[in-house]
Amino acid sequence: MSRLEVQGLHASVGAREVVRGVDLDVGSGEVHVVMGPNGSGKSTLAHALMGRPGTTVTAGSIRIDGTELVGLPSWQRARAGLFLALQQPIEVPGVLLEAAMEEALAANGATANGATGNGAPGTGTPANGAPGNGAPGTGTPANGAVAERLVQEAAAIGFDERFLRRPLNVDLSGGERKRNEVVQLCVIRPKFAILDEIDSGLDVDAVRAVSRRIERATSEWGLGVVAVTHFHRLLRELRADRVHVLVDGRIVSSGGPELAEELERTGYGLHGAANTAGT
Amino acid sequence: MLTAARAATLGGPEWLRERRAKAAEELAAMPRPSEKEEVWRYTPIDELELDDYEPLPAGAREDLGALGSAFVKGVVSDLPAYAALATVVDGSTVAVDRAGLPAPVRVGGLEGDPILGQVLDGGDALVRANDAFLPDAVVVDVPPGVALDAPVVIVHWCTAGVAPSTASFPRTVVRLGRGSSAQVVEVLAGAPGAGRGLVVPVTELSAGDGSQLSYAAVQVLGTEVWHIARVAAVAGRDATLRTFSMGLGAAYDRSRTDALAEGPGSTTELRSAYLGTGSQVHDIRTLQDHAAAHTTSDLLCKGAVAGTSRSVYSGLIRVRRGAVRTNAFQTNHNLVLEEGAHADSVPNLDIEENDVRCSHASTVGPVDEDQRYYLESRGIPPARAERLIVLGFFDDIVQRCPVPALVPRLRQEVEQRLVSALELRSGAHGAAGGRGDEDHG
Repeated sequence: MSRLEVQGLHASVGAREVVRGVDLDVGSGEVHVVMGPNGSGKSTLAHALMGRPGTTVTAGSIRIDGTELVGLPSWQRARAGLFLALQQPIEVPGVLLEAAMEEALAANGATANGATGNGAPGTGTPANGAPGNGAPGTGTPANGAVAERLVQEAAAIGFDERFLRRPLNVDLSGGERKRNEVVQLCVIRPKFAILDEIDSGLDVDAVRAVSRRIERATSEWGLGVVAVTHFHRLLRELRADRVHVLVDGRIVSSGGPELAEELERTGYGLHGAANTAGT
Repeated sequence: MLTAARAATLGGPEWLRERRAKAAEELAAMPRPSEKEEVWRYTPIDELELDDYEPLPAGAREDLGALGSAFVKGVVSDLPAYAALATVVDGSTVAVDRAGLPAPVRVGGLEGDPILGQVLDGGDALVRANDAFLPDAVVVDVPPGVALDAPVVIVHWCTAGVAPSTASFPRTVVRLGRGSSAQVVEVLAGAPGAGRGLVVPVTELSAGDGSQLSYAAVQVLGTEVWHIARVAAVAGRDATLRTFSMGLGAAYDRSRTDALAEGPGSTTELRSAYLGTGSQVHDIRTLQDHAAAHTTSDLLCKGAVAGTSRSVYSGLIRVRRGAVRTNAFQTNHNLVLEEGAHADSVPNLDIEENDVRCSHASTVGPVDEDQRYYLESRGIPPARAERLIVLGFFDDIVQRCPVPALVPRLRQEVEQRLVSALELRSGAHGAAGGRGDEDHG
């Protein structure tokens, strides 16, 4: 059982404070959904958690099982068990998906085995019990197994197997890129995944396949999920434990899955979006 | 010294000796290249004391030596097959293996025919020097209608610089008859030098009507050598001419490719790659010249500079009057891997016709932050992420080499140099890492 705890998080992009006090407490296997109107700070929250350069955390903490992630570069946050599925996945010409996944698993495996020479997170991981620091549950597969796992995961969500041999996101449509993110998520098997609008660009069938796969991951290896979305439709197959409404950089209300349904009917107006917009 | 008297000591048939003498006279009267000229801007050419060089005598070396032999073996073992293998030492052909060559195709030295200077006649002092001091030429002559499946491979072993201030002038002529097809590879390598050497290769490519010519040049000379190469290419009606150059070695590496779409409906495709390490200078010049209607050219040049190396890419798309419906594209991407390195990109258009479609794009900059973040967000440490990205950047161009059999070797040459360049850097700047957001304490 792992915990992702976000407390009093403030984050700025340039001089502008976009995330203005966010608390989240996500356990293994739980699904938390962060909903909010355009410009409410959802993507900035996602990048602040993952540590994107240029997104600066100005206050608060992000912990996985007690390990402080604020101040760590992205790759060390990933090694601590965090994953971000980007809203707009990046093209990396010439870098094959398989090569990237092999590097990712090798890096995570090195930490899990304690065999790394170039720096485990360095923030006292052992205090929380070392198990599960690397690739949770599954151990690290031999390199030959990466290709096999990619094929399996692609099949699970209808991602064309031919795309596995392409450079990362090159010549992929928006929907294919989203599926590609989910394939990577399921190959890496992090403790916690932030899904930034994973449903945008996907058709109805694809949303269903993707949300089913993620739902399955919550039991398969206890994946904890923070899903950031505009839409309720993701939640038909992915059962939310908690729904949070993000308005103007703050969580203004939290509740069970019924809150998502309510938002679908009433919009964000009741939650202060209109009042606070532009301030 | 590059004098007429010196040129006269070179042997060969009468017509060749006369041709050399004329070129040597012209060379004596010509201005030397200067950084003040646009074609030599951004280069260190003013440092070249051209007249101080001693041309390596023809036939001075009759064999490759142990190093050269090992190198040729290495090149060959990476290829599944070849149609012919010519081994050339300082411009003189020492051996030709024609085992895979169909009878009508000629691969060998100059014979009586006036094949020299058909594509490139005239030119600057360096081309003239090649004309004056070439000991011989490698000729690849493919008659009409012949299709070669495997590449013709020419390995130039250069001893320029083994003795200080020595120069070699390799010359290659490739001619494809109507409707024929061939792939030709030139590899330039050399023994480590004691002083500065100069290698001035000139290659003439002629793709006859409806033919398909793929040409790749790989330069892996030692880092004491100046390499100033010129490729002049012409494509006939409906011909497709593809060129590729990769510059990895030399202190100063210049590769100029002029491709003329002379026949209507012809296509030229130019690909160039370079990697600068240490204090190298890589200088890539291209001309996409359109002289006929319905012609297409496409250029992609990609390279990276590390250490304190520099690069310049300068390319011109020229559309002459009458070349209507021309499509011409030019793209140049440069990665600057270290603060001390520098890249210049100078795309140019010279369009004399209206009904054309031309575009150019160029980028100069460090490894893309978003790409780096994307890979690092998967748990890949910064040094590994950067290595993946930069190797991927090169793989993108290496895979476009028009001689596919060469790709594994190219990949290996790049990777080996790149990995040591990146390691040198991480050694100089401390362990990688430390990016990410600021800790507020």
